[in-house]
Amino acid sequence: MKKLGQQTVQFDNSPQIISSASIVGNKEFEGPLGEYFDQVLADSYYGQDSWELAQIKMTEDVIDKALEKIDLSKSNIDYLLGGDLLNQTISANFSARDFPAAFIGLYGACSTMIEALGLAGIMVDSGAADKVLSFTSSHYQATERQFRTPNEYGDKYPPYKQRTVTGGGALVIANQSGGAQLTEVTFGKVIDLGITDAKDMGGAMAPAAADTILQHFQDTGRSPEYYDLIVTGDLGVVGKELAIDLLAEKGCDIKSNYDDCGVLIYNANQKVGAGGSGCGCSAVVTASYLLPQLMCNNYKRILLLGTGALLNPTISLQGESIPAIAHAVAIEETGSLSSGIGREDIRDDLSTSIVDMSGVEEE
Amino acid sequence: MIVDYILAFIVGGLICALGQLFLDFTSYTPAHLLVTLVVIGCILTGLGFYSDLIDLAGAGVTVPVMNFGFILTKGVLMEVEQSGVLGLFTGVLEVASAGVSAAIIISFLIALIFKPQE
Repeated sequence: MKKLGQQTVQFDNSPQIISSASIVGNKEFEGPLGEYFDQVLADSYYGQDSWELAQIKMTEDVIDKALEKIDLSKSNIDYLLGGDLLNQTISANFSARDFPAAFIGLYGACSTMIEALGLAGIMVDSGAADKVLSFTSSHYQATERQFRTPNEYGDKYPPYKQRTVTGGGALVIANQSGGAQLTEVTFGKVIDLGITDAKDMGGAMAPAAADTILQHFQDTGRSPEYYDLIVTGDLGVVGKELAIDLLAEKGCDIKSNYDDCGVLIYNANQKVGAGGSGCGCSAVVTASYLLPQLMCNNYKRILLLGTGALLNPTISLQGESIPAIAHAVAIEETGSLSSGIGREDIRDDLSTSIVDMSGVEEE
Repeated sequence: MIVDYILAFIVGGLICALGQLFLDFTSYTPAHLLVTLVVIGCILTGLGFYSDLIDLAGAGVTVPVMNFGFILTKGVLMEVEQSGVLGLFTGVLEVASAGVSAAIIISFLIALIFKPQE
């Protein structure tokens, strides 16, 4: 691999994603992508005594699921890379405690999945590891009471506020043939334009996303048209518009091929304010929606960004503004199918739809 | 008679409407509103206006949480009259004791029985 421009790493032997799994909560299952996810929780407690324990169990289960789908055992994994939103990233730490592989804990707030994916790519391409499992999770009720106020408190829900996705995602990155491959990773700088409202995450994160997108194009010499889809992690409706505007100001028009996982995951009538957020948001949408689409050739190349608001409730209450970060990975199709990516029936549906489309073209 | 109801409705409604505006157009939380109303109740009582308000609007001012400020301050004023400065400490919960104790005990019981839901 080599350094490209300021912040981008280009891989020589593209690390491959061989498996991806997701678990979501009810609300996410009821959203437009519901049928894509591997598993849905019956309720927010998931049979546990507390929401934090539910998140830990969900994380453990999504890791198991990613391995199970391609018949890998835990001992096949060299490293676990993961993190989450709970204090001291306990969901990640606790779910790694029974896992016989080295663990590297990460915190990039909601950008954690992409941070983990980019680092896993570097480890695999450099030969430091053969198989790396990247994972993350978030839980609406657990996050809400840690970062804002407990739901029982009944705080107001302004329309620009986003809902933390209850969900966990896990990806296995390996040096063998898989269903999608990483070509570049662009790590982002911390950007803070002075937003202080902890409910307005989209507004705080959009400048970071715009910065990383511009940096990626500058480093690689590409333009937005190079990608079939540019997708950010969890800017929501407000942040998405802001990102488009910020980029347009710099002469970069991404309007036609840009979307946001936080906008994709819920329906407008689900009363979720400006859309989804949280580590789980980009993780589950990537694992179960974007990667299967990519593998089945509906997209050839996507630029995927994880966006994180690096705040903490204590410093927020002291009136500090919210620094944000965005990391980007460029992912391409490989031409081969992996049984680990996507749900079986979804894979079949997607492959059929491609066959149909090519049939139409031949006429 | 009917005028009393209309006054209670208007005054009580006005307080609640102002509270709603406070919640909708500031970044404060319900707890801030609660405390603000109680403090306003205390101040009005201290200045001697609250009893007049009760005479005027009845339940319109005794049902909103502002009335808690009235109860706290009234207890203090009563005790201060009897035992001087010490009344500031002994009087706060004199009248309010029933309300505070009920809130604590009922909250405790509810917390025992129920688990927070989605």
